[in-house]
Amino acid sequence: MKNTPSVDEHLEIYRRMLLVRHLEEGLGALHKEGRTRGPIHRCDGQEAVGVAATAVLEPDDKVTTTHRGHAVYIGKGMAMRPVIAEIFGRATGACAGRAGHMLIADADKGVIGGNAIVGASIPAAAGMALSMQVLGRKGVALCVFGDGAAQTGICHEAMNMAGLWKLPMVFVLEHNGFGLTVPSEVQSAVPDLSVRAAGYAMPAEIVDGNDAVAVYRAVGAMVERARRGEGPGLVECKTYRVEGFSTSDMGGYQKPEDIAAWKARDPLRISRAALLADGVPEERLAALETAAREEVDAAFTAALSDPFPAFTPDAACNPYSEAH
Amino acid sequence: MALMRYAEALNAALREEMQADPSVFLFGEDIGRYGGVFKVSKGLMDEFGETRVRDTPISEQALTAMAVTAAMTGTRPVLEIMYADFVPLALDALVNQASIYNYIWNGQVEIPLVLRTQGGGGAGAGAQHSKSLDSMLAHIPGIKVVAPATPADAKGMLKAAIRDSQPVVFLEHKLLYNMRGDVPDGDIIVPLGKAATVREGTDISLFASSRMVVEATRAAELLVEDGVSAEVIDLRSLRPLDIGAIVASITKTHHAVVVNEGWRFCGYAAELSASIMDHAFDELDAPVARVTLPDMPIPYSEPLETAMLPNAAKIRAAALATLK
Ligand SMILES: Cc1ncc(C[n+]2csc(CCOP(=O)(O)OP(=O)(O)O)c2C)c(N)n1
Repeated sequence: MKNTPSVDEHLEIYRRMLLVRHLEEGLGALHKEGRTRGPIHRCDGQEAVGVAATAVLEPDDKVTTTHRGHAVYIGKGMAMRPVIAEIFGRATGACAGRAGHMLIADADKGVIGGNAIVGASIPAAAGMALSMQVLGRKGVALCVFGDGAAQTGICHEAMNMAGLWKLPMVFVLEHNGFGLTVPSEVQSAVPDLSVRAAGYAMPAEIVDGNDAVAVYRAVGAMVERARRGEGPGLVECKTYRVEGFSTSDMGGYQKPEDIAAWKARDPLRISRAALLADGVPEERLAALETAAREEVDAAFTAALSDPFPAFTPDAACNPYSEAH
Repeated sequence: MALMRYAEALNAALREEMQADPSVFLFGEDIGRYGGVFKVSKGLMDEFGETRVRDTPISEQALTAMAVTAAMTGTRPVLEIMYADFVPLALDALVNQASIYNYIWNGQVEIPLVLRTQGGGGAGAGAQHSKSLDSMLAHIPGIKVVAPATPADAKGMLKAAIRDSQPVVFLEHKLLYNMRGDVPDGDIIVPLGKAATVREGTDISLFASSRMVVEATRAAELLVEDGVSAEVIDLRSLRPLDIGAIVASITKTHHAVVVNEGWRFCGYAAELSASIMDHAFDELDAPVARVTLPDMPIPYSEPLETAMLPNAAKIRAAALATLK
């Protein structure tokens, strides 16, 4: 049973959350220096959702994620350097610089993949679940999606089919309170989006999205259920987007007191306190923290000195004509 | 006359039309409080209230279908679809609804709807946020498709689009919003369906729209060094197309380069060169040259994206090849 992480599993979740945090901070700093390109969507403060939800999965399980997918990429086992190199458009990136940070995939790790068409990652996971059902595999597909994405028509269509066909999938709703700059209450008639699961014959649970153990337990239970062939489930993780929508967002529409309150409940703090309470010595945590920072720093250094790719027209997209 | 950014010119057009006609209303994602991702509707919610300037859920398919029927029943909706890449979600409403009702119902309904969106590459926004889908849109009979290149046209054409009784897709370009230009004061209307001569020339005609007008104009400047006098025609309106202006220019220069930021295969440039053959074959001294995107997704990495986009150098080379 995966329902409660062991101390070692929690330590690994904590370590991966640290990696993601340092990644986000590094990206923020490089954006200030003008060295990032295009919008970058940070997930600081939300790491528990992407990391703990994917921590319950087996290597063969599949995940789809949103434009804000860094925690899912790292959570599902991708290494730092190909992720960072991809964000900086390098040839060594996970997708050779073609995808950029919103669309990263690593098929070997089951990450297929990030999606920047809001809502599109939801039926994408449903299709993967369908293929596992058709093939009689024991795998599970998991989609992480936002409260904004939960409003799209395609979310409802996918949930209906998942419920109808008892697809082996788990819907992980990362409810961070905003769809771009528009607060959730301006987008949804109901505050708790998980009430919708009833309409699709799915169990649902609401958890504190900043508590990695809570996310792990709830998603773990739904994953086990889906793996047994009992159909899909929904976990609504309540969290908050403490940064702007993207690095190009000027902000100003989030209440400072809300940001402060959520920062006080940072998932890293919550996990750290829980690990200490579980008897993990302070020195072990400190060593792990230093190592995580060093790992990310080294990945940035390496990725930023990696070469850029060279352009060639894609013959596969254009089979009948000469290069342009 | 006032010097304005393209985005400000659009804002002025929206404000003036909303002041003049209470049936004009705006809706779209993040357009209200935030004033739109590209700040086109800045300040309008404060001025006109939350009924006439509405933040919406992420629901492109339903929003576009609602805009069609709202337009049929007394209002003049201006719907913003944040990126042209999301227009495929709205296509059913355009292809199967907006474009047919006036004809099929024998003129019983008019559909004064404006769908504003922005497209184009060059910002490192990746494969799902960089496309120009004007070819796909201009393919649909029953809707107009326009793509202004200057602040003055942006204002004058948006006002014309809002007053038009037919559905108009109004294409902006993310790299044009900050461009400044002189905009005449007052109620300027730039009729839809009329091209503009940006620069006179005698040896070759360069036909472009939207941001490609900027590149074509730079190409014309470069061609001076080659001893070539190039005429630059800004199509402004892709459908209806000002074929008269095109023929008049070719009758003068006898050579043509058509430039389009969309894909080559079945693309707008193909339509344009076929139209030129239909109407001015005898005037041509050489085949029409096309400068387009290669037929492949738009990659993220800077050198890859830059290599792919049409630019002044490519237009110049195409012009010289045609003149040989
Ligand atoms: C179909 C579509 N419409 C609009 C957008 C623009 N957009 C990108 S992210 C976003 C908000 C998504 O909100 P949510 O799903 O809650 O995810 P979050 O950003 O909060 O993580 C919007 C409107 C898009 N990418 N795709």
